[in-house]
Amino acid sequence: MNRTQRRKALSGFVVFLCGAAVVLALIPLFFVFGYVLQKGFSSLNWDFFTKMPKPVGETGGGMANAMLGTAYLILIAGAFAIPVGVIAGVYLSEYGKKWFASLVRFTADVLNGVPSIVIGIFAYGLAVLPVKHFSALAGGLALGFMMIPIITRTTEELLNLVPGTLREGSLALGATRARAAFSVMVPAALPGIMTGILVALARIAGETAPLLFTAFNNRYFSTSLVQPISSLPVQVYTYAVSPYDDWHRQAWAGALVLVGFVFVFSVLARVVTRRLERMHRT
Amino acid sequence: MKPTRFVLGLSLGLLAAGVAMAQTTQINGAGASFPYPIYAKWFSEYNKLHSDVEINYQSIGSGGGIRQLTAQTVFFGASDGPMNDEQIKGAPGAILHLPTVLGGVVPIYNIPGVTATLKFSGKVLADIIMGKVTRWNDPSITALNPGVKLPASDITVAHRSDGSGTTYIFVDYLSKVSPEFKDKVGVNTSVNWPVGVGGKGNEGVAGLVKQTPGSIGYVELIYAIQNKIAFGSVQSHDGEFLQASLESVTAAASGAARAMPADFRVSITNAPGKGAYPIASFTWLLFYENPTDKARARVMVDFMKWALTDGQKYCAELGYSPLPKEVVALEMEALKRIKL
Amino acid sequence: MKTSSRRRSADDRGFRLGTGFFAFLVVALVAGIFFELYRTSTLSLQKFGFRFWTGKTWDPVAGEFGAFPFIWGTLYSSILAMLISTPIALGIAIFLSELSPRRLRTPLAFLTELLAAVPSIVYGLWGVFVLVPIVRSLQVATPGWMKKIPLFSGPPLGVGMLSAALVLAVMVIPFTSSVAREVLKAVPSTQREAAYALGATRWEAILAALRFGRTGIIGAVILGFGRAVGETMAVTMVIGNNPQVSASLFAPQYTMAAVIANEFTEAADNLYLSALIEIGLVLFAITVVINAASRFLIWSVTREIKVKPPKPVSTMAFAAPTGGGK
Repeated sequence: MNRTQRRKALSGFVVFLCGAAVVLALIPLFFVFGYVLQKGFSSLNWDFFTKMPKPVGETGGGMANAMLGTAYLILIAGAFAIPVGVIAGVYLSEYGKKWFASLVRFTADVLNGVPSIVIGIFAYGLAVLPVKHFSALAGGLALGFMMIPIITRTTEELLNLVPGTLREGSLALGATRARAAFSVMVPAALPGIMTGILVALARIAGETAPLLFTAFNNRYFSTSLVQPISSLPVQVYTYAVSPYDDWHRQAWAGALVLVGFVFVFSVLARVVTRRLERMHRT
Repeated sequence: MKPTRFVLGLSLGLLAAGVAMAQTTQINGAGASFPYPIYAKWFSEYNKLHSDVEINYQSIGSGGGIRQLTAQTVFFGASDGPMNDEQIKGAPGAILHLPTVLGGVVPIYNIPGVTATLKFSGKVLADIIMGKVTRWNDPSITALNPGVKLPASDITVAHRSDGSGTTYIFVDYLSKVSPEFKDKVGVNTSVNWPVGVGGKGNEGVAGLVKQTPGSIGYVELIYAIQNKIAFGSVQSHDGEFLQASLESVTAAASGAARAMPADFRVSITNAPGKGAYPIASFTWLLFYENPTDKARARVMVDFMKWALTDGQKYCAELGYSPLPKEVVALEMEALKRIKL
Repeated sequence: MKTSSRRRSADDRGFRLGTGFFAFLVVALVAGIFFELYRTSTLSLQKFGFRFWTGKTWDPVAGEFGAFPFIWGTLYSSILAMLISTPIALGIAIFLSELSPRRLRTPLAFLTELLAAVPSIVYGLWGVFVLVPIVRSLQVATPGWMKKIPLFSGPPLGVGMLSAALVLAVMVIPFTSSVAREVLKAVPSTQREAAYALGATRWEAILAALRFGRTGIIGAVILGFGRAVGETMAVTMVIGNNPQVSASLFAPQYTMAAVIANEFTEAADNLYLSALIEIGLVLFAITVVINAASRFLIWSVTREIKVKPPKPVSTMAFAAPTGGGK
């Protein structure tokens, strides 16, 4: 085999490996998703989406409050994590060579590795102990803390990949750095930034540990910022570790809803981003 | 702009809902996971009788309940093991322990081909957990179970990986019947297990035993029943081999009623008496004797009175043993200690 | 009257300070967590000192706490998970951004992201009921001579290091692949076109794109590693939770995140609590060290590229094709 043939063979082999990687990743996916689907689908009914939890032995219980609670917590978390993460990412991309930027980058990576329960303990000390009660706000805080490093680093990396000529062009036309960053660079990198936000969201949507000491859980419906609030992962966990079949079934249904919720959300976000991209280009 | 108006409307709606909710009294409690199902039932039934009272209980573990009660982030706590002296000293006020229901811990096992109910003596159980007895056909086990063909396979011990009141009850019993166990392992909600694998929660241990041939573990009675796992009988203080049941667990508590200390902090493992299952325990609700929030305290006292009487009838269907009448009488007296 | 350039520099300073403030929040957060961990673990720090890192006994009853088994377990499981997941994640990223037919791209991308949407407790439950029995049958099927090697020794329990590493790998794959895919998509097509113009094969063009986006990809891998190190729920359900130090893939072991999650709620006395929080501190410290090491790696790689002349797509294309038969 001459050298060209060898190179071509190598290329073909690598292409094959990449395809195999996709297949390999899809196997556990079908396994897991199929498992959740199989166990949870039969328990999904109208009651599940509209009723509160019922004690064991009483049929017709649901997880309506938990679903709303999860949505609420994600809103609170995103409300401060997205701005902080994106703007910090902008800073890292604009002033990336300074020593301070290296420090920020470093600490963001460290924060990403902190286990969720440690973040929960920290949020407990910060937002629960001083006021002596659990709250949705504390839960949102804990989740938001976990989102920040992912959003920050992805925003920075994606902004860095936007050609510098875009920034230079807008500066040459008289824009301030702020304008150049937020009106030109960020929209150019928006799809990637969106991915970062979605990855962060998926990360926190299924988290139980940080909520145990912050949002606690609530058997009843609540929308108050300063009261405990129910959430799907905690409710699923509580039911899963119980001995009752009915609760197990509901736990699987809850897990299915959770997966579906995150999935639908990411599909929606992708569609919106693509539309924004199209608008931006024309 | 349409979106802004929508968001504004939504927020106002939520705010209004929040204000409307403020009319009900919400009381938060936390603690043991073992009694969670019966507490959930009680709070729900009580809410049906008193619709303006919402008692919200979450199971974060006995130790967690004690800590949150001490930090006063919850109004009441719940624990499978009584607070020790150090914890009581650390609390900002005097705490009242009130037993609510009883539970029993059973040894579950999975031995392919063995369908009989195995008999265990305390010492044999301790030796297995310590890893001194390693095979199912060990003479100490076969001696107790003549007529059962036990294989020569290894014993895998499944214990709790998380701290738990169930562990506390189990090792409390083993320490009473085996001085070596007490010395080597000791009593706590979490111990240094000499051998074995750890499962998370009762469900985790049940799962491990169900999946691992030749394994033995310990769970609350209700988990063995619901998961349909074989569980053995244990030799009682008086020598009988008893399987845990609602009656045998309540029998363990009746004996204790005679010698009940004023603060109800008593261990009833290895209790003397006929039909008294040896690995049984109370589970307690914890309240401050002098609470600052008198309104909530009044509600909880009323709730306790209901739970100790009408509430007890819900125990059986959920797999818990009701309190013996003597203990209920003592508790009604003790409730007066809470300053309203 | 301010000249426009002076106004511009005031705006720019505002921009720098404004965005810098948000960046500072990230640092403040991490510093806050560190100090909180430090403050609440002083009891244990004072009692055990450095022994904590090397001690192998974890005995809450006797009050003797040593964190080495957990450090071992965390590193072993995370590194193994990364070894398994990184090639697959990169393969997916490359496939989705470069190789797949356009029609397949979107659905396949959605499917891999679905993996990320599954909550960790579901992975744990799936792990217990589906993966562990498979691993157990694998163990039972291992030939006797292999079992003698420490790497494969131990009774067939199913729960253990291998199950944990596999579950972690499955959880990390979508994480790393999503970010890597975005990085590859953002690499300007001019890079690939230049490679093709010089006669590169598909793989060589991909290599050029990978080289261009290497810091982003390494960033994706580090994010994935952080995810593996911090994962709690799923790991604790399949790893066996036995604080022993073992080289075997099949032995039940324990990780730092798992022991904190398991024992934190029940830790009754102050020394116990303090020891658990100190494990959090140790985890923190290890994450810092690993990140510092990877930073150094990135720095040395980028430095080398600046010094040496650009390598090879060019030399490959110009190399005289050797005659057949070598």
